[in-house]
Amino acid sequence: MSRRAPARPVFFKLNQIQMPVGALTSIVHRVTGVILAIGIPFCFYAMHLSLDSAQSYERLTRMASNGLFKFALIAFIWALSHHLLAGVRHMLMDIGIGSHLSDARRSAWTVNVGGVAMALMAAGVVL
Amino acid sequence: MRRPLGGLTPWLVQRLSAVFMLAFIGFVLANFLVDPPASYEAWRAWMGNPGVSVAALLSFAALLMHAWVGLRDVTLDYVKPLAARVAVLALIATALLGAGAWVFRILWLVRA
Repeated sequence: MSRRAPARPVFFKLNQIQMPVGALTSIVHRVTGVILAIGIPFCFYAMHLSLDSAQSYERLTRMASNGLFKFALIAFIWALSHHLLAGVRHMLMDIGIGSHLSDARRSAWTVNVGGVAMALMAAGVVL
Repeated sequence: MRRPLGGLTPWLVQRLSAVFMLAFIGFVLANFLVDPPASYEAWRAWMGNPGVSVAALLSFAALLMHAWVGLRDVTLDYVKPLAARVAVLALIATALLGAGAWVFRILWLVRA
């Protein structure tokens, strides 16, 4: 007879779980990675339009004046900024910089706020 | 035993590709801040520069490898049944290879 694995505590009440700031940085790093991967074909299409001919370049600039396009672009820049900053934080920790808890908390805040700040700067340029 | 889905290789690929892309993004941003191409002709000429287009091609290769390792990790975490895993990974690999062929063609057609 097979024995069941010992029951582990399971607690899925997301609104009651305390998420340390580093956990937020980490899960958003993963989510933005998936968003960026989904964005690849859109970026390649934009690059194709920008380079193919003067007409397609014009078409892309017209598309870029659309509000929805601008919103998507700013969201994409936020995802890229967060992912990039979180990745740099990760690699610094790999070589032993900032892996103490207090430093890690501070850098996690820096990444979370820095990504939003870079998106706001992009919004300032785009809008 | 050799583990095709684990070990040091994907870890290293993820970091080397990240560092390469980071350098390329820095290069592009610096150029755009100093001397942004103001027209289609200027933009095409800049991208058609052999140094720029080869660096761009290497960056896109790094991007697609980086996306492969990342999406593979996410898939292995959330898709458990073997058949579904194989199907999802095959789909991702096909899409990334297709994207690579596409971007190679875009850059090939712009060469000066």
